[in-house]
Amino acid sequence: MSALQVQAGELLASGKAEVVIGYGEGTRGRVRPVFVRTRADVSLLVFDGRCTANLTVYLAKPEVGRMGKAAIVATPGAVRSLIQLIAEHQVDPGEVVVLAADDDAVTLLTDPAALEAYAAAHPVTIPPEAKAVTESLARMSAQERRAFWDAELSRCFKCYACRSACALCYCTRCITDMNQPQWVCVAPHALGVMEWHLNRAMHMAGRCVQCGSCTSACPAGIPIGLLAMEASRSVEKEFGAQAGLRCDAPPALSSFAADDRESFIL
Amino acid sequence: MSTHHGVLSHQNLLKLLSGITAGGMELYAPRKTGQKVFFDHITDVREIAFDPLPTTESPKALLFPRVERLLSFARDGESMRVDDRCADLMPRRVLFGTRPCDAVALQRLAEFFADGIEDMFVGKRREQLVVISLSCAVADADCFCTSAGSGPGDGTGSDILLTASGGERYDMEVLTDRGREVLATFAGLWDEGSPADTSGYLAVVEPLPALAGFGAKLAGAFASTVWKDASLRCLGCGACAYVCPLCSCFDIEDEGTPSKGSRLRCWDSCGFSLFTLHTSGHNPRPTQTERWRQRVMHKFSYMPARFGHAGCVGCGRCSRACPADMNLREQITMLDAGIALQSAP
Amino acid sequence: MTTELTFEPKIVAFVCNWCTYAGADLTGTSRIAYASNVRIMRFPCTGRIDYNLVLKALEQGADGILISGCHPNDCHYSTGNFHARRRWVVFRHMMEYMGFDLRRVKFAWVSAAEGAKWAEVVNTTVREIRELGPATEYTELHRKGVA
Repeated sequence: MSALQVQAGELLASGKAEVVIGYGEGTRGRVRPVFVRTRADVSLLVFDGRCTANLTVYLAKPEVGRMGKAAIVATPGAVRSLIQLIAEHQVDPGEVVVLAADDDAVTLLTDPAALEAYAAAHPVTIPPEAKAVTESLARMSAQERRAFWDAELSRCFKCYACRSACALCYCTRCITDMNQPQWVCVAPHALGVMEWHLNRAMHMAGRCVQCGSCTSACPAGIPIGLLAMEASRSVEKEFGAQAGLRCDAPPALSSFAADDRESFIL
Repeated sequence: MSTHHGVLSHQNLLKLLSGITAGGMELYAPRKTGQKVFFDHITDVREIAFDPLPTTESPKALLFPRVERLLSFARDGESMRVDDRCADLMPRRVLFGTRPCDAVALQRLAEFFADGIEDMFVGKRREQLVVISLSCAVADADCFCTSAGSGPGDGTGSDILLTASGGERYDMEVLTDRGREVLATFAGLWDEGSPADTSGYLAVVEPLPALAGFGAKLAGAFASTVWKDASLRCLGCGACAYVCPLCSCFDIEDEGTPSKGSRLRCWDSCGFSLFTLHTSGHNPRPTQTERWRQRVMHKFSYMPARFGHAGCVGCGRCSRACPADMNLREQITMLDAGIALQSAP
Repeated sequence: MTTELTFEPKIVAFVCNWCTYAGADLTGTSRIAYASNVRIMRFPCTGRIDYNLVLKALEQGADGILISGCHPNDCHYSTGNFHARRRWVVFRHMMEYMGFDLRRVKFAWVSAAEGAKWAEVVNTTVREIRELGPATEYTELHRKGVA
């Protein structure tokens, strides 16, 4: 039995968790989320390089919530999202146990301080493909960037997999689903798609923990996470607030500093 | 008409497709973007991707676009001018590179939209669409067309079916008058042929035995407890529905200002919580359990009851697209077994 | 006549009630003439000026946007303009990242006493937008992706 399976078994046996949300073998060599409720089933749990989806997204799912206290197998990105959810008062730190997994090591994290220490020790890693696109975007003129996003977003049919896979997209009613007033065009035409993704990025500013789940979830292969990441990075650069590091961090865009940059204001 | 047979080289196929674009007909074919393949408007045949597996997105948008303007309106002085969309203006299009499952799906989709009051937009598009399909030489573990009423060499729904028969050469079956019309312009690019046995060139598709009695079992499984566990990891996005060649749900949206706007028909998905949300706030499908049940029931129980065939052709796209690995083959097998277990005496 | 000579940009100004709106009023009562291209939308506070309002204005054919409110520390509600300023920083950054022309969206602090500044801000904005020509990159999106 792997260290992860042993730890998960102990949590279930001791009643410290009633369900372990982890990764299991899926079809065709893929991994998938599994919900382990008995000690006998811990053998389903795996953890390796294929496990990148952020499982904290399931904490907001009512069916999962009804299973009782959850332990969650978390990548460093998932740990950051959990910290962010705690900071936004969406998760009570006493209500969730974290099995932080990274390569071979499994660390049991049970309190905010431990989560914060873990996040600090595991900085954000950007996949090489995302890095390459970011670098090429930085070299582009505004017109080229417009053309780039126009082409990429032309493949978006608004299945909202990005939103569904995002742990921080927990609103029960998303702004894009509002119709009184209707801010975002429902139709997946160029305008509606652009408005939706710009809105998502703005709502992710200072909140996106750069876990990469939205990009992996996109069935059209759009590097969609770049937008939310860029919004979060701009907050980090301008206001020094990085998402997902502190459980008591104030919301970056609902706070301010008297000396915030205003060189662009006439 | 009777099926007409021919033989065509790969070089000449490209010439034929070039001829189609040069002749002013719109050509749609698979094009690769990153790791994904999409049907796209093609102006240079070198852009066509000859990938062995079905495209990421199905060709359904050629009949049933993601967004379609049904009418537009504009204030004109004191009165309001309404411009109805004219279905007669649909251009003739050639769709190349569909797989047999896609062509079957296009036929079923058109049939669905013609049921009862015919949808003239979809109908006219279908009428104007020439489908040139490629038989499948390869199937992957998500395919199950042979158990869903189709097969790797099925010509249903295609006007022309090409089967790669080795040596950069295709055996060609011209199945309709429309197909013959298109080819007539390009005489000399292919040789006459005789009916050939192409079965040796076709993919071997793993059967899905559970599908045979699945629909009948579903009829009594609405209240079953199998749905909850089956849908637990479903994230509630619409990826499966939007890559599906047969999902046909839509939403009518009025867009614009009081003085100018359009009525649009947009894709929608039963996987979304908003899909069934009432104005009162009540939702008859409150969780993903009910939504996933609806998806499976619609495809494998309601559709067969109404049309005699499933709302699925076994192309495997949903399984490939799902971010949570809700594999349809596996789901059908598992649900079938689960329902059987529960209904056992 | 060429388009350059006939083009009169449509500018939408989103302003706060307490400073800039009063400032613009002062411009008028001071009989300072300024470009008439601007349509003023009055909001309780710059903190209320949602970026989606800007998007909607561009979508409906505005050639330029002007957002203005109280100077820092002058906000009627103490901190609305500070919150707004943060959001503008991110909004500008995202617009730029997606390749939109930032020169079409202007920001200013104009107090109730700065009638002359309002005239100057509007005149400058109109002149610059006129040079840029009609906004097309946003309205073009209207036509794309609809069958």
